[in-house]
Amino acid sequence: MKARFLIPLGGFVLLVILLGIGLTMDPRDVPSVLIDKPAPGFTLPDLHNLEQTVSSDAMQGQVWLLNVWGTWCPECWREHSFLMYLKQREGVPIVGLDWRDDAADARQMLAQEGDPFLFVGFDPDSKAVMDWGVYGAPETFLIDKKGIIRWKHKGGLNPEVWSNELKPLMQQLENEA
Amino acid sequence: MIPELGQFALVLALVLALVQATLPVIGAHKGIAPWIALARPVAQAQLLFVVVAYLCLTYAFLDNDFSVRYVASNSNTELPVLYQISGVWGAHEGSLLFWALTLSIWTGAVTLFSRSVPAAMLARVVGVMGMVSVGFLLFMLFTSNPFERLPNPPLDGRDLNPLLQDPGLAIHPPLLYMGYVGFSVAFAFAIAAMLGGRLDAAWARWSRPWTSIAWVFLTLGIVVGSWWAYYELGWGGWWFWDPVENASFLPWLVGTALMHSLAATEKRGAFKAWTVLLAIFAFSLSLLGTFLVRSGVLTSVHAFATDPERGVFILIFLALTVGGSLLLYSWRAAQIRSTVSFDLVSRETGLLLNNVLLVVATGAVLLGTLYPLITETLNLGKISVGPPYFNAVFVPLMIPLVLAMGVGAMARWKQDSAANLVRKLRTPLGIALVLGLLTPLLMPYYHLGAALTLFLGFWVTLTTLWWFHDRAGHGSLSSAIRTTPRGGWGMVTGHLGIAVFVIGAGLTSIYSSEKDVRLDPGQSYELGGHEFKFLGVVSAEGPNYSAERGTVEAYKGGDLVATLHPEKRVYRVQTMPMTEAGIDAGLFRDLFVALGEPLGQSGAWSLRLYHKPFVRWIWFGGLFMALGGLIAATDRRYFQAARRTVKAGPEAVAGAA
Repeated sequence: MKARFLIPLGGFVLLVILLGIGLTMDPRDVPSVLIDKPAPGFTLPDLHNLEQTVSSDAMQGQVWLLNVWGTWCPECWREHSFLMYLKQREGVPIVGLDWRDDAADARQMLAQEGDPFLFVGFDPDSKAVMDWGVYGAPETFLIDKKGIIRWKHKGGLNPEVWSNELKPLMQQLENEA
Repeated sequence: MIPELGQFALVLALVLALVQATLPVIGAHKGIAPWIALARPVAQAQLLFVVVAYLCLTYAFLDNDFSVRYVASNSNTELPVLYQISGVWGAHEGSLLFWALTLSIWTGAVTLFSRSVPAAMLARVVGVMGMVSVGFLLFMLFTSNPFERLPNPPLDGRDLNPLLQDPGLAIHPPLLYMGYVGFSVAFAFAIAAMLGGRLDAAWARWSRPWTSIAWVFLTLGIVVGSWWAYYELGWGGWWFWDPVENASFLPWLVGTALMHSLAATEKRGAFKAWTVLLAIFAFSLSLLGTFLVRSGVLTSVHAFATDPERGVFILIFLALTVGGSLLLYSWRAAQIRSTVSFDLVSRETGLLLNNVLLVVATGAVLLGTLYPLITETLNLGKISVGPPYFNAVFVPLMIPLVLAMGVGAMARWKQDSAANLVRKLRTPLGIALVLGLLTPLLMPYYHLGAALTLFLGFWVTLTTLWWFHDRAGHGSLSSAIRTTPRGGWGMVTGHLGIAVFVIGAGLTSIYSSEKDVRLDPGQSYELGGHEFKFLGVVSAEGPNYSAERGTVEAYKGGDLVATLHPEKRVYRVQTMPMTEAGIDAGLFRDLFVALGEPLGQSGAWSLRLYHKPFVRWIWFGGLFMALGGLIAATDRRYFQAARRTVKAGPEAVAGAA
């Protein structure tokens, strides 16, 4: 058996190992560390005016969503119209965190697709994102009135997640003191 | 009752698939004629039961049987009938059933149309396809049963994902699946040839028409998908390098390489081991693609964890199928002695170049697609690569490929002289250069990228047409055209398709213009030489959605050229907002309007306007390519060979057994 004919098999074995490790790494384990812990908070340049800053402190005493996104992430584009829906029809307060992005591109996207966010923190160097333990984009956190992270969703928000999980939880949190 | 019948049919199909995967293969190995003869009837019976199961699920959709979990999650009493039928393959479980159905159909087709293939070989081919069937049916029955009942059936279903409620997307998956699964035929022939220990040109001849037809389906599937993304997603783009798209593009790239490599193997006996490897890759990537998409591994970025049980099954299945074939390959390919030699300047070199470029492109796209998974696994954090990576890597690889295409088709088999090639190619090269440099002058402004695009387009067109001239030699052109076999016509059509596609893709990306505007009713905006006049928005009701419907008139030089109706829909059950763009299609330009948001009380809206020159050419190019594949697949040669060997049938069977 000539060794070179084993190269494809070798490559494939590597791929299977990769997929296998990917499989054992259940991403759902990771956020449990942060759930029910105080949100790390952030102070970042304002996407719409990089000279100024925005801070999560502004949301104190409210039940709100933090949505991590970027124009480079296809799922974020797909999720976007649903965020618009949440803002317009359900009145959900959403704060954006624009991650590893180009500010001009991001502003262009919001101008084009509508802006569902109260304000957007601009985080090109993953400063805040590291504290929040963000796994990928899009990712959404639910923070309660006391500033505790109560829920986290990885991947795009959709009507199913909204009606089954998020909406009931938000109503419950709104009723808390 | 009907769902249980479907379930029972699936179990029976599994049992038959088990028989199909074992007895004929063992029979072929040990020379047991009755076991070999089992291949045909068992495969056909398996097909019958999968069809029954499929019809049962369709019936459950049409019957609004919401006690079936899958129907309850993907249908609704208000869902139009067309989408009840297409809803069967709209989500995970049903699409698996559809996959299994397609596989059975291809297997059935092989048993019907491969009469020229020796019985032992056919038994192995059918057996290999049976093994794949077993995997799919087990996966379905154990982790993703489409017939699962709900203890408390809901009164109404949750409706089909609104994105899928569109005629384009209704036919997109079947086309794609026919393509994906079609590569299983070439795969099965390659494996069967290796099992039989006879890796000669014969298996290549048998698998060529199957590969071409599978490729035609895949091409059409991708074209429809791209077209759908264009008008349905409302961003005016036609390709996003999204993992879902890449999953269909990867097997297409390797399949294209395989088609060309099969030609070299059949005609010249060259690249024997390589062609087998491509056949394995094409199908492996189809499997990987289906699973990556359907298990939501990459779309949601968050891997197999959506359902670990399914993930494990998928991985084991992939490991067995692909790992097993590659192990067999590493053993058998080492025994092949390639006795064929060819010169540096020859058509073989051209095809080799084609293969290398396509495979490198596949590798680059695969790397980009799996990159988030790789960095995640290696703990490097989450990095997603987007269109910039793919464009930066893919486009430079395609330019030499397109250049080589003109040379390759013109070169002779085995050996050719460089001087000879240069002499033949200098005229088309000269004309293409001149036309390429001049035609951008007709465009709104001169752009070097457009000149390159048009040069490549003309180059491919001219060299392809020159091929007839070259064929004629000293004879007449008309007789050369008359005597050209379908294989030649297929090549010509397919390559012209590439030229059309290149022009479309290049010019659209250079000359498109778009603008976000706020318009009051009656107001207008000028873009790309057209005046867009916004007339206002009214409410409209669809069968299962309510919509806001805008009217925009487009004028050119004062004349009304189109009335566009962009819509925003909210589907009632899933309350999901959807954008339906208003498009006026034309050969040289599309006008495209998407409705944004209402602004204030005056009836003003934000609108997105696009002027997209030559965008249709992208899909026309794809259709041409598919047509080329179809013509090539129906070359008389394959059928003549079939008829000849049918006559010699009895001996061939006796010899093999």
